[in-house]
Amino acid sequence: MTIHTPTTEAQACAVVASVVATGIPLSIRGGGTRSGLGRPIQVVSTLSSAGLTGITLYEPAEMVIGARAGTPLALVQETLAERGQMLPFEPMDHRPLLGTSGEPTIGAVAAGNVSGPRRINAGAARDSLIGIRLINGRGEAIKSGGRVMKNVTGLDLVKLVAGSHGTLGFLTEVTFRVLPKPERIVTLAWNGLADEAAVALLSTALGSPFEPMAAAHLPAGIGTDHARTLLRLENFSASIDYRGKALAELFSRHGQPELIEGEASATLWSDIRDAGFFAGTQEAVWRLSLAPGNGPRATAAIAKALPQARWFYDWGGGLVWLAVSADGDAGAAAIRAAIRPLGGHATLVRAPDAVRAAVPVFEPLAEPLLRVTAGIKQSFDPAGIFEPGRMYAGI
Amino acid sequence: MSAIAFPIPRADILARRDEIIAGLAPLVAADALITSDDERRPYETDALTAYRRMPLAVVLPSTTQEVAAVLSYCSAQGVPVVPRGAGTSLAGGAIPQEDAIVIGVSKMNRILEIDYANRVAKVQAGVTNLAVTGAVSAEGFFYAPDPSSQLACSIGGNIGMNSGGAHCLKYGVTTNNVLGVTLVMLDGSIVEIGGAHLDAPGLDVLGLIVGSEGQLGIVTEATVRILRSAEGARPVLFGFPTSEEAGAAVAAIIGAGIIPVAMEFMDKPAIEICEAFAHAGYPMDVEALLIIEVEGSDEEMDAQLARIVAIARQHGVKTVKESKSAMETAAIWKGRKSAFGATGRIADYICMDGTIPTGQLPFVLRRMDEIIKGYGLRVANVFHAGDGNLHPLILYNCNDPVEAQKAEDAGNDILKLCVEVGGCLTGEHGVGIEKRDLMNVQFNPEDLQQQMRVRAVFDGQWLMNPAKVFPLEGRVAA
Repeated sequence: MTIHTPTTEAQACAVVASVVATGIPLSIRGGGTRSGLGRPIQVVSTLSSAGLTGITLYEPAEMVIGARAGTPLALVQETLAERGQMLPFEPMDHRPLLGTSGEPTIGAVAAGNVSGPRRINAGAARDSLIGIRLINGRGEAIKSGGRVMKNVTGLDLVKLVAGSHGTLGFLTEVTFRVLPKPERIVTLAWNGLADEAAVALLSTALGSPFEPMAAAHLPAGIGTDHARTLLRLENFSASIDYRGKALAELFSRHGQPELIEGEASATLWSDIRDAGFFAGTQEAVWRLSLAPGNGPRATAAIAKALPQARWFYDWGGGLVWLAVSADGDAGAAAIRAAIRPLGGHATLVRAPDAVRAAVPVFEPLAEPLLRVTAGIKQSFDPAGIFEPGRMYAGI
Repeated sequence: MSAIAFPIPRADILARRDEIIAGLAPLVAADALITSDDERRPYETDALTAYRRMPLAVVLPSTTQEVAAVLSYCSAQGVPVVPRGAGTSLAGGAIPQEDAIVIGVSKMNRILEIDYANRVAKVQAGVTNLAVTGAVSAEGFFYAPDPSSQLACSIGGNIGMNSGGAHCLKYGVTTNNVLGVTLVMLDGSIVEIGGAHLDAPGLDVLGLIVGSEGQLGIVTEATVRILRSAEGARPVLFGFPTSEEAGAAVAAIIGAGIIPVAMEFMDKPAIEICEAFAHAGYPMDVEALLIIEVEGSDEEMDAQLARIVAIARQHGVKTVKESKSAMETAAIWKGRKSAFGATGRIADYICMDGTIPTGQLPFVLRRMDEIIKGYGLRVANVFHAGDGNLHPLILYNCNDPVEAQKAEDAGNDILKLCVEVGGCLTGEHGVGIEKRDLMNVQFNPEDLQQQMRVRAVFDGQWLMNPAKVFPLEGRVAA
């Protein structure tokens, strides 16, 4: 196992150029905390961003931060917090769910388009990623986007690279738009609602003028023995009081919500963000993206085929985290059959290597899109050296 | 003006015009194929009216299948295609060429589905931007991107150019508000990307399509996010003695953790032009004007505006005018929203669209003034202050070829300046033909070649909107 750890962009170019000559594929690694995502692949060499660290740009008044790809995410978040700012998309920490250790990097957040509960309102990592530097499969350092948040100059390769899981190239630097941290955060919790009623509540709240920044439902047995339906408000303190009252009134038929603040609220949402309720079990874990209203329909259909399934909802019902037995195909056929008539897609986030090798981890693509995907991969990485097969077999 | 080159029309295609028209005729309804000189003329340019080319023919399909049939025919015949929304591009994104077929989506103008529970609407590409908001406003919803041309411009065109607007500081631009598209590829295949759910699986092809300026295919339908309107919205108008102080106030507001829904800047020439047209009550004794809008309940807006006004006072604000009524709100916005039209009444103008890091604002305004004076021209500045997206309007007389050339040269100098200070050539209008030959200023050859190789995945023959975005020299076909 060779590990290349370039400390400059030029060195990274040279590594890639030398690897292209040998044709030996490369695994791309940041902190290694998300290395279990995607299809398992056989590689003998690793290109690590560990030598590319440091914040390269931070202008609080312009709400922009840039960092080399291997910079620990925690350092970026601490730097922002010192000036009362944050990444807008609340990136998931995969360590609890995947049982990994190490330090997540900012580059991997971009490469994986890693987002969290705020995604429903503030967008995904891809919506805040405004610039990248990347080594493509020709060993060329290329850039896309920049440091300004409004930029439509040329094709948006930033979006393509966000969520490409290292298959298009090696990120050396990323630039994100940031936001002020809210003055106060309060979670409103209603107890005992069934899935359909809970998602209806979340939907009404998200369609209200009161701007919940996160909206989740935890059925009974997820975290506690009773179901909890959660809305998170983030705002100036006086607005929180006003909006919390308005929402309580809107849903008065469900009783007064419990107000959760501070550490309790933060812990609750990090468990939701990280699917922490499924940490440490032997189950396979899926992530389903659906129109929010279809969340309960999908889980009802899945429960018929897979009676042991457990789940909870984020994104107002549009994100279903699902834990099922890891035996056989880890429920792939039943899950995908259940969501096919509804639209949306399912990703197998955690399962033993053998299962992830046998089952399409990402939703299979229709033919024209598969052809486009293969073409884009080829356009960045003609020799197929970056994470070959990580997302789709043969690509 | 004739500075921007067009490819030489292919003689073999021009010679086959009758044959090509005969080939298109069975593919669409009779009234959807436009071939006469008079009827083709409205399609020879867009909002970059200094440039015009008569297309070979214009096709206005009514269905995705018709678009597929026409594209499939054109690709088989090797005929260039120029997609067109409403033709409001300021960058010349929809200007045709003599050997091209224009495919316009204006007949595909139906709103197909509104889903309030899931907060999405499915619309055809020819629906106007404002019509989406119009269709959902009775329920208290809106479609967020709001380009100044929103009354006329189409969702298809917005997707092509990744359009922005005055309110994207809070709500984002088109790419942040589109969840899915139906895309017809050059070979006629129809692809569904995304839908009512978030984050399409696989590579973010949707993110690539948005802003691709009609080079990768034609979008015929889109699923867009609709958002619930705030309880209320209210602007405040500030007049500052200098643009430096206005810029510092903007930075301080953001630094205080406040993200207003809009922050618009106008310089003195823009104030004068807009006031003369709109009678908005703008102060005439200041050098810079800011319109800052906040949203929420009355109490929330009072509280936020109080904080914003206090910050402005710390930065030397001279005039403070808070809107007290819907009429005053409309008047404040009328001046800003009519800036382009009002300018057009007093002179011809080129509207630039560079973005700069906002910290560079005072330097860029000073330098821009020098550039413009160097050419003996005048400029009026309106721009989105929160995000640094500048819209200098360079005034000139289009009947004077020398002055027209100077205006174009001055515009190019300004865009180069934007790139030099860390910004970009275009924040929301797109590259089109207008900024095509400046792409080498912002990107090095490897950057552009990578973009062109991605482009070639969709169009290896350079048939889709071929004169746009990438310099004519050094193109990569695969």
